[in-house]
Amino acid sequence: MILGKVLGTVVTTISHPDYKNRRLLVVQPLCLPGESPSDDFIALDNTQAGIGDTVLVNREGNGARQVLMNPDACVISVIVGIVDSVHIQG
Amino acid sequence: MLLGRVRGNAVCTLKYPGTQGLKLLVVQPLNKYLEPVGALQVAVDVVDAGIGDLCVMVRSREAALAMPEVKFVPIDLALVGIVNELEVKAEEEIDVHLHNGWNNFT
Repeated sequence: MILGKVLGTVVTTISHPDYKNRRLLVVQPLCLPGESPSDDFIALDNTQAGIGDTVLVNREGNGARQVLMNPDACVISVIVGIVDSVHIQG
Repeated sequence: MLLGRVRGNAVCTLKYPGTQGLKLLVVQPLNKYLEPVGALQVAVDVVDAGIGDLCVMVRSREAALAMPEVKFVPIDLALVGIVNELEVKAEEEIDVHLHNGWNNFT
């Protein structure tokens, strides 16, 4: 699982049945100071996150299928939590 | 999962069993600001996308799961949604760096 920031929303009217009635969000992984941010990705929202929220994202298909309770879901990234605070020991 | 723009069609007559009849599209993977990332790739279409459409794509094993019938086919990129609207904040507006000590987000 990774920490990321929600930077945007994606609206799709035509989509695969596994994606119906759920929101897709643009997530940017967080990084340490001095590091360059890694590539952004799209994640399915399972919490009620919005733009600007820091979120916990599961980026593994089997975990995503368990979260969505669908053994055949074609989903990899799922937002599974909204982060309140993070402590980094420097 | 990632964004991509459909750039063309790919036609292939000899195919692995289970992949016959699938529509293949040439796509350019994009980042959140719709800038190209990497080289062109071939994706299987399950949502009837056309050339020029902005799409959501899924990679790896989950691409094969997106197939309507056969779920065990050699496919690693599938189009699963056509984007109507994309809203993204500018990177300067949101800090994506973690700092030493406590980082409070709420």
